[in-house]
Amino acid sequence: MLDAILVMSGLALFLGSVLGYASIRFHVQGNALVEKIDAILPQTQCAQCGFPGCRPYAEAIAEGRADINQCPPGGEANIHKLADLLGVEFKPLNAEHGEPKPKSLAFIDESTCIGCTLCIQACPVDAISGAPKQMHTIIASECTGCELCVAPCPVDCISMVPVAENISNWKWKRPSYLEQDAA
Amino acid sequence: MRKLYHFNGGVHPPQHKSESTRHPIIKPPLPEKLVIPLHQHIGNTAKPVVSKGERVLKGQKIGRAEGYVSSAIHAPTSGTILSIEQEPVPHPSGLRDLCISLEPDGMEEWIELQPVDYLNTDPSTLRNRLRDAGVVGLGGAVFPSFIKLNPSNRKIRTLVLNGAECEPYITCDDMLMRQRAAEIVEGAKIMRHMLQADEILLGIEDNKPEAIAAMKAASGDEMEVVAVPTIYPGGGAKQLIRVLTGIEVPAGERSTDLGVQCFNVATAASVYRAVRYGEPLISRIVTIAGNVANPGNYEALIGTMIDHLILQAGKNEEENVAIMGGPMMGFDLPSVRVPLVKATNCIIVKSEKLFPKRPAPMPCIRCGRCAESCPADLQPQELYWFSKAGNFGKAQEYALFDCIECGCCSYVCPSSIPLVQFYRYAKSEIWAQEREKKASDLARIRHDFRIERIEREKREKAERLAQKSAKAGSEQE
Ligand code: SF4
Ligand code: SF4
Ligand code: SF4
Ligand code: SF4
Repeated sequence: MLDAILVMSGLALFLGSVLGYASIRFHVQGNALVEKIDAILPQTQCAQCGFPGCRPYAEAIAEGRADINQCPPGGEANIHKLADLLGVEFKPLNAEHGEPKPKSLAFIDESTCIGCTLCIQACPVDAISGAPKQMHTIIASECTGCELCVAPCPVDCISMVPVAENISNWKWKRPSYLEQDAA
Repeated sequence: MRKLYHFNGGVHPPQHKSESTRHPIIKPPLPEKLVIPLHQHIGNTAKPVVSKGERVLKGQKIGRAEGYVSSAIHAPTSGTILSIEQEPVPHPSGLRDLCISLEPDGMEEWIELQPVDYLNTDPSTLRNRLRDAGVVGLGGAVFPSFIKLNPSNRKIRTLVLNGAECEPYITCDDMLMRQRAAEIVEGAKIMRHMLQADEILLGIEDNKPEAIAAMKAASGDEMEVVAVPTIYPGGGAKQLIRVLTGIEVPAGERSTDLGVQCFNVATAASVYRAVRYGEPLISRIVTIAGNVANPGNYEALIGTMIDHLILQAGKNEEENVAIMGGPMMGFDLPSVRVPLVKATNCIIVKSEKLFPKRPAPMPCIRCGRCAESCPADLQPQELYWFSKAGNFGKAQEYALFDCIECGCCSYVCPSSIPLVQFYRYAKSEIWAQEREKKASDLARIRHDFRIERIEREKREKAERLAQKSAKAGSEQE
């Protein structure tokens, strides 16, 4: 018994120091290239790129451990920007990581929610508010649409609702006419 | 005689103004239903303060200003609130927006009005009054007027009143100046008091001799009425300020930084009514022109259906296609079954004859005529090039945001290229990118914060555990 406690506490101390070290490294190592790459990434924090968030993916690109075409939310526009920044060739999105989708927001069916807090733990940007055993709500202005809260919900009450076009996000369309203006 | 200056560029499109100035302003009969959008101004949407089924009085506030840049909305007549719902609004998208529908009871029963003696009231109280009265710029920009009447620490020397009304077809300001000159003068005096300005200059294009005469007669020594040459877009704020004062407002600066503030004449009149009588902005004068039997100016309640007004002007047809605003800067309404809003200065019913189809665009031949016509001294052909290619950064370098979308360049282009449409497209893409950037910056901060919090919690937990076991260990010994 005592041995077990000693092992546990030793492990805890070790882990604590690793995490402490990680957080120092996290601050110190923010080199300029990583910052620039991270500034291009959409910050959806969905982990579809194969890394636990946009910044780890930015670090991996900077260190040559990952390719530039692994982020579906960023789409081809972002791959172009990354290619420009790094001076490499553009390549189409790697379909293994998923397809770009229209921007959506999570929506919790509050009558079904049992207040288990699993979604809160999954949300990378703390966009879900609510206390244990109470129904939870998505803070729409902060939800990135990463979908990470959908799978953990034991009662399937979270759905992703595409952001509808409205007066404030509406955009003028590019004029379309037969373009003889090829020059 | 005042020395006048001039701006570069400009065009002389056919005016079409005499058709709608043949008779005085008409008051159309009370409509059966009003649909009042809660977002009729630059800034935040007003918040509804009434509920379905409630009876409201004429002039009663039904939406309150939300946040600083916002403006209140009022019931244009007495009646019953039918609904507070998403309804089609006059917007190029054809989308819906939150509106309050009102069924008039025909009694026209006013709220109790509270006039203010402006000379004995401090400017901040007056500004709150205007914000509460829903007074916004009626030239089409609908920016809340109270904000422009806050000089902060800047000295405003000159108050410029804009009665130029340079765009073809539109005559609502002309008729207002002819018929209600005194209200404009009184409103300008209130504005001068609030800004502590030294002088008032009123610029009117010289194609409006009746308005010039009426304003001269009404203004006494209070302001100088100046006839300015008729050239489009002489009514652009920067252009009019330039012509009247010689001051050139540089890119990215505001005229107030140079001691000048500019308001439309109709805005001055509504400032007067809001202060002198306590009347909120519940109606406006709108020109109904183009393919109608009886073109003219109508003093319509906000929320009146535009097809109802077109009917008043003698056009009874199923499918009317109309422009809101003028032919140069306005936009095609996706439907005429939308309400009149504070920004609606003109409705032009189209016909094949008045607005023949534009020839198909041809390649740009780099003739430079667009640049010659541009009143903002831009290079429209370059802006077009970069906007078309999606190279928005470059378009911004070429001062895309100095473009006032006046349409002179499109008007003169021999290749019939819809240049302004490209600039609108480029601007809205840039705004969307900025919104996305803001959202992703917020997400980054929140994500970093969460990671730090989780790490801290883990560390603290580990330390607690270690302490606990160390304690347990020492107790055992
Ligand atoms: S895939 Fe998701 S986590 Fe990875 S960089 Fe893109 S948005 Fe960020
Ligand atoms: S609420 Fe759900 S979809 Fe939105 S950011 Fe959080 S985890 Fe992602
Ligand atoms: S006027 Fe038209 S054709 Fe001429 S330079 Fe400008 S865009 Fe090109
Ligand atoms: S629309 Fe813009 S670019 Fe064209 S003439 Fe007017 S200000 Fe110049």
